[in-house]
Amino acid sequence: MGVGVWGVRSGQTIHKELILATAAVEHHHPVHPPTATGLNTWKVGFWVFMGSETLFFGSLISIYLVYKGTSVVGPYPSDVFDIPLTTVSTFVLLMSSLAVVLALDFLRAGRRNLALFWTMMIIVLGATFLGFQAYEFTHFYHVGLTLSTNLFGSTFFVLTGFHGAHVTIGVIWLLILWVDMFRGKLRPENSLRLEIAGLYWHFVDIVWIAIFTLIYLME
Amino acid sequence: MATAEVHVHTPITQPTKKKSVIWDWMTTVDHKKIGILYGVTALFFFIVAGIEATLIRIQLAKPENAFLGPDVYNQIFTMHGTTMIFLVGMPMAVAMFNYIVPLQIGARDVAFPRLNALSYWIFLFGAIFMNFSFLLGAAPNGGWFGYAPLTSTQYGPGLNIDFWALGLQALGVASIMGGVNFVTTIIQLRAPGMRLMRMPLFTWMTLFTSFLLITALPVFAVALFLVTFDRFWATNFFVMQSGGDPMVWQHLFWMFGHPEVYILILPAFGIVSEIIPTFSRKPLFGYAVMVYSGALIALIGWGVWAHHMFASGMGPIADAFFTISTMIIAIPTGVKIFNWIATMWGGRIQFSTAMLHAVGMLITFTIGGVSGVMHATSPHDLQQTDTYFVVAHFHYVLIGGLILAIFGGLYFWFPKLTGRMMNERLGKWQFWIYFIGFNVTFMPQHWIGLLGMPRRIFTYSADLNLASLNMLSTVGVFIQIAGVAMLAGNIIWSARRGRVASENPWNAATLEWATTSPPAEHNFNQIPTVHSREPMWVEADQVRASTLGPMEPHMHMPPNSYWPIFTAVGVVATFILFMTNIWWMPLVGLVWTVIGAINWAYEPV
Repeated sequence: MGVGVWGVRSGQTIHKELILATAAVEHHHPVHPPTATGLNTWKVGFWVFMGSETLFFGSLISIYLVYKGTSVVGPYPSDVFDIPLTTVSTFVLLMSSLAVVLALDFLRAGRRNLALFWTMMIIVLGATFLGFQAYEFTHFYHVGLTLSTNLFGSTFFVLTGFHGAHVTIGVIWLLILWVDMFRGKLRPENSLRLEIAGLYWHFVDIVWIAIFTLIYLME
Repeated sequence: MATAEVHVHTPITQPTKKKSVIWDWMTTVDHKKIGILYGVTALFFFIVAGIEATLIRIQLAKPENAFLGPDVYNQIFTMHGTTMIFLVGMPMAVAMFNYIVPLQIGARDVAFPRLNALSYWIFLFGAIFMNFSFLLGAAPNGGWFGYAPLTSTQYGPGLNIDFWALGLQALGVASIMGGVNFVTTIIQLRAPGMRLMRMPLFTWMTLFTSFLLITALPVFAVALFLVTFDRFWATNFFVMQSGGDPMVWQHLFWMFGHPEVYILILPAFGIVSEIIPTFSRKPLFGYAVMVYSGALIALIGWGVWAHHMFASGMGPIADAFFTISTMIIAIPTGVKIFNWIATMWGGRIQFSTAMLHAVGMLITFTIGGVSGVMHATSPHDLQQTDTYFVVAHFHYVLIGGLILAIFGGLYFWFPKLTGRMMNERLGKWQFWIYFIGFNVTFMPQHWIGLLGMPRRIFTYSADLNLASLNMLSTVGVFIQIAGVAMLAGNIIWSARRGRVASENPWNAATLEWATTSPPAEHNFNQIPTVHSREPMWVEADQVRASTLGPMEPHMHMPPNSYWPIFTAVGVVATFILFMTNIWWMPLVGLVWTVIGAINWAYEPV
């Protein structure tokens, strides 16, 4: 019918196939009706939300680029950026995405202690990244760059501030999940909760790759 | 109801102690109730915005009038535009998405019922917050598109712009969540057999609108944050002394603002696409092309924004690009108009009130579309921009397009909502009176504009010789008021005394007509399987056997929840608390939100 992946199979088949699939994911809930695509509804919803987030960060990055080089007073990016330092913090954040993959994998395999360890690693690495950011912000403040100093300050702090806020939310979210895992409430059957937090975490990571490349490296 | 034999997992049907009706509505997660909440709220703000419009027209009825001063006039026209778009047009469409889409796709609710409730409460609190500004005499006064630097603290020192930027920010959050919810609902919750290309057109247009919501609103959120930070934290985004560029605001705003126009009109296209086939007794002509043209409008709608900025000196290349892209968008729109006409062609047309509104919409929307193509031409636009010609254009597409379609949709779906028919005789009188009043109001504004009267100026000189046309336009408003009063009367009267409606009083084709009027909380006793685009025309008996047959065992409906309204307080408070000018105060709202969100996540559903 040429209407994409969702329209190809008959609804009847999907209906039967998916009762099992959804029931497995949401075991602690009563049986939910099957979905039309076979995908989990929370996951689809979260992807849609991330699509929206992409436009949010896309706008913020665009604003930075549009105003690049238009500050009428210093400090300018070349005066304050410390590329080696930010490279380290970028590496820390990227490694946290590896930790997400491992944590989810171990959780699904039922290896609770390793899952707990790697979830804690995401949190620690994320918090380390935030520490780097806090250091960077205070350093910039001491050399005279604030939100209101010039357009570089305004665009830089608002963009990286919103990104840092997203990382903070991710850290809090993962802390909650870690506690649940520790208390045995987050288990292989409902690993979807960690998977969605992981999706978010990867997304925030990818945004940072864009920021690091476009704002720091191409300065 | 059959709760004796079948256990429905919902506290509402459990015979506990008598529940407060208000508490039930405050905690509801039922898409039908939330739809009604959206609709009633939007109708209320329709009256508010109508009063604002009346004040504007009284002020302009004669030259050099002193009814409103310039300051009050600025507030009134800003709030009229902002209210009509964000508190009337969008929520009226969302009301219909909420009520109708889950029924049309054969679902029991939306994908995320509590998120749906959260959207509504944020919307309501944001709307109240923004209108609260009137009590302080500081309503927003920078126009609905709040051009920089009017929104700077230098040129807008009062609280006016704060109310505007923070209120809209809250409304935007609600819209994004609504968009996520409806995209997910339509992708995920279709009944067995409801392939994408079997979905009713209204559902399709809801899907496109939702995609526009999730893509356009975040851009607006960023734009509003920049204004907010400029005002509260002294950033430099639109401060020209520091190198800030007001054009950046214009681009950001219209990158949101033009998709927003399609957010408003695509639902109208969806409604009309349901009404016209029903009352022509024919399937929609060119179904697939109607879907694709809707998709094209949504897509190209992202590439036309700067046609709002032809007068800002972007240069010939940008002007040419946006002239061409804007004209291209007239093609899929024209395709839709012709398909509706072709649907009626050879049909057994029944001019019910709903059909009258739909046909009236085709006429007035086409007039607005034609004047739209006129100012798509950038040299032409230089003559028309910021005149009443533009005002006439967008009222023809938004009132003549969206509002007429909404009224038509109200007559069409009212029996499903209430179980009673609206009064057709009164409805037809209402249609003609409103339709005439609308044209009397806005048709003269084409001439008023071309003869040189600028919009947003609180008065005009008698030397312009526009007094009689302006008076005519003002008279039209009062005819419209009579029409709206008849509509309100019809709604109130019919809800109590209207003729009792059957399940499918119009003999329409789609699934919302396969269940009782009004539907039970669970919508369908069993989810039907569909094999066609017009299930109630092609396979009504089989569908009814499911939808009205024995209850499905182990049906799970989500229970009421107070966490959405709790969390909504936190979200809106986060924005309101900016106005304290204490940097950490918004964090209080944020913490409240997080508490709500965590409790929400652990609530058993």
